[in-house]
Amino acid sequence: MRKIEVIQNILEANESIATQNQCLLDKHKVFAINIMSSPGAGKTSLILQTIAKLKNKLRIAVVEGDVASTLDAERVKNEAVAVVQITTRYMSENCTLIANMISHALQSLPLKDIDLLLIENVGNLICPSEFILGEHKRVVISSLPEGDDKPTKYPMIFADADAVIINKLDLLPYLDFDIPAFRHAAEGLNAKVKFFELSCKTGMGIENWCSWLLNEIKANSQKLI
Amino acid sequence: MHELGITENIVNIALDKAKEVQASKITKINLVIGELSGFVPDCIQFYFDFLSKDSIAEGASLHFELAPAQFRCRSCSTVFCPQNTIWTCPKCQSQSVEIAGGRELYIESIEAK
Repeated sequence: MRKIEVIQNILEANESIATQNQCLLDKHKVFAINIMSSPGAGKTSLILQTIAKLKNKLRIAVVEGDVASTLDAERVKNEAVAVVQITTRYMSENCTLIANMISHALQSLPLKDIDLLLIENVGNLICPSEFILGEHKRVVISSLPEGDDKPTKYPMIFADADAVIINKLDLLPYLDFDIPAFRHAAEGLNAKVKFFELSCKTGMGIENWCSWLLNEIKANSQKLI
Repeated sequence: MHELGITENIVNIALDKAKEVQASKITKINLVIGELSGFVPDCIQFYFDFLSKDSIAEGASLHFELAPAQFRCRSCSTVFCPQNTIWTCPKCQSQSVEIAGGRELYIESIEAK
């Protein structure tokens, strides 16, 4: 019997495919964001609002990740330059997108005709935090009906987020959601996070979110030159 | 349910290593899993038993070493293991911290003959 040292990161395979994805995106100057939230927080609504606001400035494509159905892809197909639906129910990871799924999706997207790729992850606050996809920015949406305790209950997804969106702000008069407490908890683990308070229903706050996105895209394209 | 793909990776890494050192049987795989990582040892064991069938890793035991969650206070740099989910620095009471440990997920070693 002998002991053989290995010391190998088990997520290395995913991380190396994610790096390849980002190289391919950078080659075509496509900026990608990974949008994560619990089911029903407003990922598809945010995508539709973002496209409505920015479609005159950017060519936007969407990757939809769902356990089942093509409902979300159908909602965005008339708005985006291209849509790829990933249905995860028969895959070994069905609770999150992983880099390999995005690698396949990129093959069927017209990358040279795209400026911004919005990746809608599977609705889940746990599993997507473990898998990078090759995205440039990670965005987490929390909506008011979910309650203000999510950063404390699901810390890892908030710890790595570049931006956190507080959605359904139009419901604030009816709910006991403590926005400062939510922000304090999310910032506790993530000092660099940006917050956006908005309503995809009324459009309130979408302007700020889109300005940030445009700035990030600009900063990334300058880095690539 | 994201342990299946992860367990496939564990089996592949262990089999590759065993081949490299010309081992004929893997008896144990020593894994380090961080307390903050979202992976469940029981789930990995379940999939491992299934995925290692008919390979030289069949019947190997999995040993999980749990790496504790550790935070570093952004105000005073104290490194501490949190006692609750509020994550307050025990020295200066700041609630602004960064993760210093607990997200590990790697194969430390295999035991083989």
